Amino acid sequence: MKPVAFEYCRPDTLEEAMELLAEFGGDASIISGGLSLGAMLNMRLVRPVAVIDINQLNELSEIKISDATATTGALVRQAVAMSSPSIISGVPLLARALPWAGHYQTRSRGTLGGSVAHADPSAEVPLTLVTLGGAVKLTSPRGNRNVPAREFFHGLLTTDRKADEMVTELIWPARREKMGYGFEELAQRHGDFAITAVAAQVTVENDGRITDLSLGLGGVEDRPIVAETATFIGEPATKKTAKCIAETVAGVVDPVVDLQANVDYRRQLVRVLGARALSAAFEDATKDRKAN
Amino acid sequence: MSETNVKERWIGSRYPRKEDAALLTGNARFIDDMEPVAGIQHAAILRSDRPHARIISIDTTKAEALLGVRGVVTGANIAETIAPIPSAVRVPIKFYPIAIDRVRYVGEPVAVVVAEDRYIAEDAIELIHVEYEELPATADPQMAMAEKASLLHDEVGSNVVHHRTFRYGDPEGAFERADKIVRLEWRYPRYASTPMETYGLVANFERQPDRYTIWSNFQGPFILHALMTGALGVPGNRLRLITSPHSGGSFGIKQAMFPYMVLLAASSRILGCPVKWIEDRLEHLTGSSTAADRADSVEAAFTVEGELIGLKFYNIVNVGAFVRAPEPASVYRMHSASNGCYRVANIAVDNRLVVTNTTPIGLNRGYGGPQFYYALERVMEAGAKELGIDPAEIRRRNFIGPEEFPYKAPAGATYDSGNYEAGLQQALKLAAYEDLKAAREHARSNGKLFGIGMAAGIEPSGSNMAYVTLAQTPEERAKAGGRSGGLGTATVSVDPSGSVTVKTVSTPAGQGHQTVAAQVVADALGMRPEQIDVVTEVDTLTSAWSLASGNYANRFSSVVIGTIADAADKVAKKIKLIAAENLEVAPEDIELVGGNAQVVGVPDKSLPIRRLAAQTHWHPAGLPDEMEPGLFETTIMNPEMLDAPDEQDRVASAVTFGYVFDLAAIQIDSETGEIEVVKYVSVHDVGNVLNEIVVEGQIYGGFAHGIAGALLEEFVYDAGANPQAGTFADYLCITAPEVPELTIGHFNTPSPHNALGAKGMGDGSSMLAPTAIANAAADALGTFDIDLPLTLNKNWSAANELPYQRAGTAKARVGSSLQEMVSSEGGLTGSGSVELSASRGEVWKLLLDPGTLAAVVPGCEELRQVSDDNFTAEVKIGVAGIKGVYSAEIELRDKIEGESISLVGRASGGLGYGQGEGRVALKAINDNRTRLSYEYTANVGGKVAAVGQRMLGTVTKLLIAQFFKGFDRRLKVGRENERSFDGIFRRIFRRRVK
Repeated sequence: MKPVAFEYCRPDTLEEAMELLAEFGGDASIISGGLSLGAMLNMRLVRPVAVIDINQLNELSEIKISDATATTGALVRQAVAMSSPSIISGVPLLARALPWAGHYQTRSRGTLGGSVAHADPSAEVPLTLVTLGGAVKLTSPRGNRNVPAREFFHGLLTTDRKADEMVTELIWPARREKMGYGFEELAQRHGDFAITAVAAQVTVENDGRITDLSLGLGGVEDRPIVAETATFIGEPATKKTAKCIAETVAGVVDPVVDLQANVDYRRQLVRVLGARALSAAFEDATKDRKAN
Repeated sequence: MSETNVKERWIGSRYPRKEDAALLTGNARFIDDMEPVAGIQHAAILRSDRPHARIISIDTTKAEALLGVRGVVTGANIAETIAPIPSAVRVPIKFYPIAIDRVRYVGEPVAVVVAEDRYIAEDAIELIHVEYEELPATADPQMAMAEKASLLHDEVGSNVVHHRTFRYGDPEGAFERADKIVRLEWRYPRYASTPMETYGLVANFERQPDRYTIWSNFQGPFILHALMTGALGVPGNRLRLITSPHSGGSFGIKQAMFPYMVLLAASSRILGCPVKWIEDRLEHLTGSSTAADRADSVEAAFTVEGELIGLKFYNIVNVGAFVRAPEPASVYRMHSASNGCYRVANIAVDNRLVVTNTTPIGLNRGYGGPQFYYALERVMEAGAKELGIDPAEIRRRNFIGPEEFPYKAPAGATYDSGNYEAGLQQALKLAAYEDLKAAREHARSNGKLFGIGMAAGIEPSGSNMAYVTLAQTPEERAKAGGRSGGLGTATVSVDPSGSVTVKTVSTPAGQGHQTVAAQVVADALGMRPEQIDVVTEVDTLTSAWSLASGNYANRFSSVVIGTIADAADKVAKKIKLIAAENLEVAPEDIELVGGNAQVVGVPDKSLPIRRLAAQTHWHPAGLPDEMEPGLFETTIMNPEMLDAPDEQDRVASAVTFGYVFDLAAIQIDSETGEIEVVKYVSVHDVGNVLNEIVVEGQIYGGFAHGIAGALLEEFVYDAGANPQAGTFADYLCITAPEVPELTIGHFNTPSPHNALGAKGMGDGSSMLAPTAIANAAADALGTFDIDLPLTLNKNWSAANELPYQRAGTAKARVGSSLQEMVSSEGGLTGSGSVELSASRGEVWKLLLDPGTLAAVVPGCEELRQVSDDNFTAEVKIGVAGIKGVYSAEIELRDKIEGESISLVGRASGGLGYGQGEGRVALKAINDNRTRLSYEYTANVGGKVAAVGQRMLGTVTKLLIAQFFKGFDRRLKVGRENERSFDGIFRRIFRRRVK
């Protein structure tokens, strides 16, 4: 379990990083927390010519929040985001999802950007970004571009990122009034790759009807997906509706099969966890109003 | 605390572990920290990625040419240097520590590269080219037993390499007069304890005299030293084994590194340099050792009152590709105690060992116990259900009574002491059994799946080295000469400065031997444990060791402890004698207290032990008459009951017999399959407790391993014997958060077999938790058809009465004819169809066009047509950054003109190999539209299968999708050309019109 020989580069600025990307492109692997890449290097599953260590790029460690969006630099550690007051209040779904991502120790090292760039189909950060309809900022020597998260993930470990591009920022739509969230996950052990993870964002009007709904599924298909739920807009935000939505979605997903789970079980988890996440989100969206 | 004249007793106290300071401060020295000789080179091992194949050729030239490589050793080199490693089973299998001309499991060593560092060694491994000719493979013992199964060892003539039957009492008679016969059959999964520190060793061959020295984290038993010298062809004193000061865990697993010690020792000799090898986790999870998976059944005969009068065990042990010593011990360790805790006298045992294309099995915590109790304690529970007797009550009725000890078991074990009912009663009390039953009723009335299960077991400790010879017939044993015993050795010495050192040669791996040995000696010498240094490592040239030395079978507190106490007593006696002469009293009037030898009850009349000890070194002439100088006492003791097996195959297999009673209450969530362990109680009789902290640590650890086997851990192989759980992402090692809360109860029946009344312990619930949980699950689900580990999907399927089998795996169906396989859903099989806008004839033509193949096979580069229907290609397949180059062969088969065709492909490369078959059928929808439907099965092996299991299904789907996308694109290209021609024509036309 020793990696192949590679050139280790540690740029001090984004500019330097861009020069390295221009030089090595697809022959480079970018390392931040190294939680996935480290193992893949040691197993020689990846054999990069160069490893670009971006941990010195402090400008990528910022969390910025405005009324409409929060932006997190690619290097923001999962543990930092999880305990950040701006994230907790501005992007509550992310704060709810992160405790499911790995373990206490790995979250201190693992970054938001790394998780998105790696694109594991069951990872929590990509799932949250897709569910919220966020975007990924990519930077290359050619400039910047923002890709909607729902177009960014192409499949298993595969994204829209070009060889000379780097994920530099994630853009998260911030919580708005009447919104509520739910996140549910099941794995054989806590911290394992989720067999199924479900993220929900809902908007519930004062009359108790759903006006907006986004139900994201992780670990089910080869990328985080958002379920087709448009027909349920206008329905009452009840447990019954939650079940009904989850039931419908469970019927149309095309689940992967692995050692942990077969197709039927993944559908079942979409059904059960989906209903729970949506119910929690409905509750979350209306709890303040109920209190009044 | 300062030294006082009050005699303190350290044994039985909660004295904190002496070992922890070094471990917690990073000062412990493990094997990888050791650089015992200069000029060490580093080894990496090329391992088979094929489950079963003939080795046609091995080309090492490129690897040897790499800068920094010292040399490459292959099976051919090894076979010239050493002899096969001997086995306890008399079969003509040649077991070498490396493949010679055939590989028989994924992970089997094929070549050793020795280089300046491990990085270079691993680079060189990739440059070795091995040509294999694949053979049929199976990981399933029942399939390996089938008539037409491919043989692993042709010279044996069968994959069943050992078959013995035993009978004690009158089993047939018992089954005839039984009121109720209960039968169960099942598969027991393969798992292991995966210690934090993997195998590691430094091997050095030196000349004048020719001697192999190996530093390693080997745990013993040192009976394996004899096998190693046998293979290396040297006398015992020319193989020097030295163990590392600390070990990062073993649980039995590190016993199985001895073939590697032989392999690297021989490599050192061949290449002329000291060689270091540290096993990495990928190697460990595919190629080290595991507990046995089994295909067992059991029958129990009961009277209507629930008296157990007869037992029949049918054991089928999957030993892996070779019978590696001390196997087949796993199936014989519990044999002489086949009655468990019960009075039953009529027992039949049928043992078969089957070789399959899997990693050889070996010691693992509880060695053979989990599998044995899975039979006995489940059939007791099933008997209780059938007879309508409470499972606690049926056990109580059959328990050996406290007045019956020492109890001679029908198959030869002599149980030293016990009170099984007392343990049961304590467990029922701690669990509030009646309340639990009420809770069960309540839960069930609410539609919940709530179950209670229990298991009782004796814990044999301090093995008789001879029990393994039950694998031989009495005639074979007589011919081979007697075998018996389980020697313990210990040395207690006091040096001229008066400091005390104990040598235990017990190679602990976290069990706290230093602590407990220091407590024992401190008590004997009237000192404090921190004044006693304990050396636990072995050096076979300088230590007092014997065959049984080492750390296994809970032998420390059953055997070793007695020798330490005895050696310490001898030292104490000598000190008393000297003190008596100096103080002019009788030796009986001297006691050792607070570091002094004093006249009993007269603290004023005392001498420091330090000074008395010094006298034995500094002033031997002044010692009492006939006293030997020095203070250096070694005790070698053999527990006297450990005799050779008799002609009726009865053997006293162990010295002490502890007892464990486990009770579990669980609830299964029928929506998600989650299991909540509502209550788990474990009551232990370990004899006198030497150190509660150490005992509790062992109980928790054993419990964790048992729960792991029940709920999480399994080495899964696919239908082609490719391991699927090659990393900790797929081998779900239990971690602290998954261990449920445990309620521990103690009671003690002191053992008469050692000076301290202690019994061996450490296996504990690792033997019983799988069964207690399985019984609880059976109670919850209403069926004894329980298949461990109880994973989420499996539980959910069972709760909802749906069939389930893990993706990609295949097992012979329990209770069916042997060849009938259960094929699993999903995995690397699939089907689908696409509608194409072309006529059937066009599609068919395109399918057969070599240009099409080149264009649609994903990543295809350089397609060469070898014959009409055969092609070779270089294929570059990459998902994300994981890219591999594969050489592929593609064949078109079973052509039915215009209708269907099969594509058979195989490819191999650095990341693994694969083969697949796809059947494509065409159906005309109309003149311009054709439906192409396909079915495929794929089989992927090698690294990518072992470490990327989670991804395989997705990647296969992806590649198939690419294939048909490519095909569709090719059809469209044809059409677009027409369209674009059409378009150009129109544009030109329009322009003209304009």
